[in-house]
Amino acid sequence: MTNEEIKEFITSILPSATYDETGEWLNINIEAAQWRRLAQWIRNAPFDMDYLFCLTCIDWKAHLTMVYHLTSTSHRHTIVVKAKVDRGDAQIETVSDIWRTAEFHEREVAELFGVNFINHPDLRKLILTDDFEGYPLRKDFEDPVNMIRL
Amino acid sequence: MYTETQILKDTTQTAANGSEGELVINVGPQHPATHGVLHLVITLNGETIKKVEPHLGYIHRSIEKMCESLTYRQFIYVTSRMDYLSAHINNHACAMTVEKAMQIEVPQRAQYIRVLMDELTRVASHELWWGAMAMDLGAFTPFFYAFRERETINEIMEETCGARLTMNYMVPGGVMADLHPDFVRKVKAFIQLFKDHIDEYDELVTGNVIFQNRMKGIGYLSKEDAISFGCSGPVARASGVNCDIRKLSPYEVYSQVEFDEVLQTEGDSFARYLVRIAEMKQSIRIIEQLIDGIPEGDFQAKTKAVLKLPKGEFYSRVETARGELGVYIVSEGGTTPYRIKFRSPGFSNLSALDHMVRGSKIGDLMATMGTLDLVIPDIDR
Repeated sequence: MTNEEIKEFITSILPSATYDETGEWLNINIEAAQWRRLAQWIRNAPFDMDYLFCLTCIDWKAHLTMVYHLTSTSHRHTIVVKAKVDRGDAQIETVSDIWRTAEFHEREVAELFGVNFINHPDLRKLILTDDFEGYPLRKDFEDPVNMIRL
Repeated sequence: MYTETQILKDTTQTAANGSEGELVINVGPQHPATHGVLHLVITLNGETIKKVEPHLGYIHRSIEKMCESLTYRQFIYVTSRMDYLSAHINNHACAMTVEKAMQIEVPQRAQYIRVLMDELTRVASHELWWGAMAMDLGAFTPFFYAFRERETINEIMEETCGARLTMNYMVPGGVMADLHPDFVRKVKAFIQLFKDHIDEYDELVTGNVIFQNRMKGIGYLSKEDAISFGCSGPVARASGVNCDIRKLSPYEVYSQVEFDEVLQTEGDSFARYLVRIAEMKQSIRIIEQLIDGIPEGDFQAKTKAVLKLPKGEFYSRVETARGELGVYIVSEGGTTPYRIKFRSPGFSNLSALDHMVRGSKIGDLMATMGTLDLVIPDIDR
C-alpha cells in the first residue's frame, strides 16, 4: 500500500479532496459531509484501515478540524484524515459503528469542543458534570475561577 | 450522573417469565477495586451483568488545555501526573515529540539511559498490577511480594532522578542529570533479585486452581473487537494483535536489542495475566543487554534555553506499561503548543470493558477490570 494508491482512489470518489505529504504520514483534507462515505470506503478492503488510534479535534478559531489517525493492522500503512467542520453549526456524522473506539472518543470531543455527532448512540457528557456550560477546549472558552493564565 | 442507588423494577417482567427485574448499582467513585476514582454504573439482572457504564472525570484536570499555556520545557512535568505508573515513559513520549519537531539528535548515552529507565518503569508498573490484581481477587500476600521488587526499583529511581513516582527525568535533548554512580551495580543486583523471585509468582498465583478458575474464559475479547475498540498494550496482545510500538516503529535503541513481542491468542483474563508476567521477563532481558554497554559521553544534547517548534503537526507513539501513548502536538511556531492531544491507552481499553463483561457474573467484573490494568488519571487526563 502506498500513498499514491490511496490518493488515486480517494480522488476518484472525492475529487475535491486535497493532500499534504509534508509530515510523517499522508494527510487527506475533506469536508465534514464527505467523511462518513470516505470512512466506509477506507475501512474495507483493499485499504483495511481497521485501527483508529487517535480521534481528536482542533479549534482554528475560524473553523474546527476533526482529525482521525488511522492505520491498518494487516499492511501497517498510516493515514490522517482531516475533516473541516463549521464552527457555528458544528456537526459531523458518527463513525462509532465502523470503529467502536470512536464511541468514547466522540463523546469526549462532543463535550470538550461542542461537536454534534449525528446518529451517535449516546452523546451524554462523559468527563464533565452534566450541568457544565461551554466547551472548554475551544479557544474562546473563559473560566475566571479555574483557569490560570501564565 | 447517578446520585443515589436506584432500584428499577420492570413491570413487564413477572415471576412467570423467570426474571426478578433489574438492579442498578454503583461501583465507585470510591471503591477499593477501581484503584482510583472511577465510577461504574452497572445494570444487573440477578447476578448477571446487562450493562456497564463508566462515568469519568473525577480526576479530570484538563491537562490538554493546561499544556496550551505551558512552554515546551514545562509541559513535560504535567504529563508525569497522567499515567503515574509510567511517568518516565510519558515524559519520554513528550520529549521525543519535541525532539522530532526540532530535529534534535539525542546522544547515545541518553538513549541508553532512557530505554533502561523505561523498562525499569515497565517492570515496576507490572509488579504493582500483579500485586493489586491478586488483592482484588482476595489474595493479600502477593502484594507484599510484588512490593519487595518494586521498592528496589523505586530506590534506584530515587537515587538517579530524585523522585520515586513522578520522576520528570526526561527533558528535550536527553535526560536531566547523569546516572548515579551506583546505578549499574544496583540494577544488576535488582536483576538477580528479580530472577530469584519471579518463579515464586507462578507458585503463589499463576498455578493456583482457584485463581485459574476465576480467570480462564472470563472477560473474553476477540482479536477483531480488540482492534475495533482501539485496545493496545497487553490487553490487545492477549487477543493476538501485534501492537507493540517498540517493534512496529522502534524508537531510541529498541531496534538494537533483542526481545520478543509477547502474544497470546486466547483473549481472556488469564491470557492478559500471562502476557504481563512474560513482559516483565522480556523487560529484564532488554535491561541485561543494555546495562553493561552504556556508552560514555553527554547525557543531554545542547539545546536553546527557549524551545520554539516550527509550524506543523507532530505525532509520536511510545509503548507504555498499559499500551500505546500518542502525543500529538499542533504548533503555530511559538513557544507553547497550539493544541496538544494525549492519546491515552487506558481510555480506549476502558471502552472495551462493557463489551467484555456483558453476560458474565458481577463477581467476574473485578477480575476482568483487574486485568485491564486501569490507571484513572491516565483515562481522565
